[in-house]
Amino acid sequence: MNYGIVSQEQLEQIDVMLTEKLIKLGVDCVMIIDMAGNIITARDNGESKYDVYSFAALAAGNFATVDAMAKLVGEQEFSLLFHKGQDSNIHFSKIDDELLLISMFGKDISLGFLRLNVVDAIEKIRKIWNKKQ
Amino acid sequence: MSFINLKDKVVQVKIVYYGPGRGGKTTNLEYINRTYRKQILSEMVSLKTHGDRTLFFDFLPFDMGQIKGYHIKIQLYTVPGQVKYNATRKLVLRGVDGIVFVADAMEKQREKNIRSLNQLHENLQSYNESIFKIPLVMQYNKVDLKEHGIPILPIEVLQKDLNSRLQVPYFEASALTGYNVAATLKKIISSTVVSIQKKLL
Repeated sequence: MNYGIVSQEQLEQIDVMLTEKLIKLGVDCVMIIDMAGNIITARDNGESKYDVYSFAALAAGNFATVDAMAKLVGEQEFSLLFHKGQDSNIHFSKIDDELLLISMFGKDISLGFLRLNVVDAIEKIRKIWNKKQ
Repeated sequence: MSFINLKDKVVQVKIVYYGPGRGGKTTNLEYINRTYRKQILSEMVSLKTHGDRTLFFDFLPFDMGQIKGYHIKIQLYTVPGQVKYNATRKLVLRGVDGIVFVADAMEKQREKNIRSLNQLHENLQSYNESIFKIPLVMQYNKVDLKEHGIPILPIEVLQKDLNSRLQVPYFEASALTGYNVAATLKKIISSTVVSIQKKLL
């Protein structure tokens, strides 16, 4: 997948879809990053004030570390990566070898419900991405 | 690989400071963070051990202004220099656009510099990148130690050891005092931005 340049139209479609699918569900902030720590896009509910650039760098490092650990114990990957806090949680999901979808959400959403929607969102992202190649 | 957002007109550029342990990579970033505080909107992130050694990476993002209407966001990373951390060093190199090799000019570190540079070569190969093609700047750090009577390798020796085949721009520097830290940074940013432009044309 050539992820280096995405057309404006593709990004807009992805942004709309992320807002529809995840932000409206109650997710505080959702972002797509690449494994190098670059932000492809970030959407939030207008209230969260995260430093998304630092977050993306750390998230990429975190995911890469867990991935390397998986390989060490003979797993292809640990497909669920989830951090639970008192008030906020972070869910990581792999879109493909280069891209990650990260959702930050509070205690009002259940993990299961979020995962269902994330799976759906990823499916849609892949479709949008593969359109013009 | 740099990511170019056509919608928001943002180009993200990843520059990694690489080199042997205790060579001054983090000190470079700390100096930049102090000196260019106004342009840096977020805090420098450092993942380090209790002994203040880099464990995973340091991260410092800043805005460089606009080129042809595109906002250039520079993301500076360091790798952990200690030999045992090569797995994490490799992770940090993923998607790198430009590299500053921070060599330790102290005489006793001669071999470590060479080993570290060789490993950089191997690590880049694992990402199908070539040390001969990627924008690279050499920084011979700690030249200020000469004044304190600590034996320093002459520039010719450093050049012969590390830069005879690469032939990339180089700077004598002192990350602690800031000597040539900005010059190194400017050079790698300009080489990297030019290389990204070339790739796009």
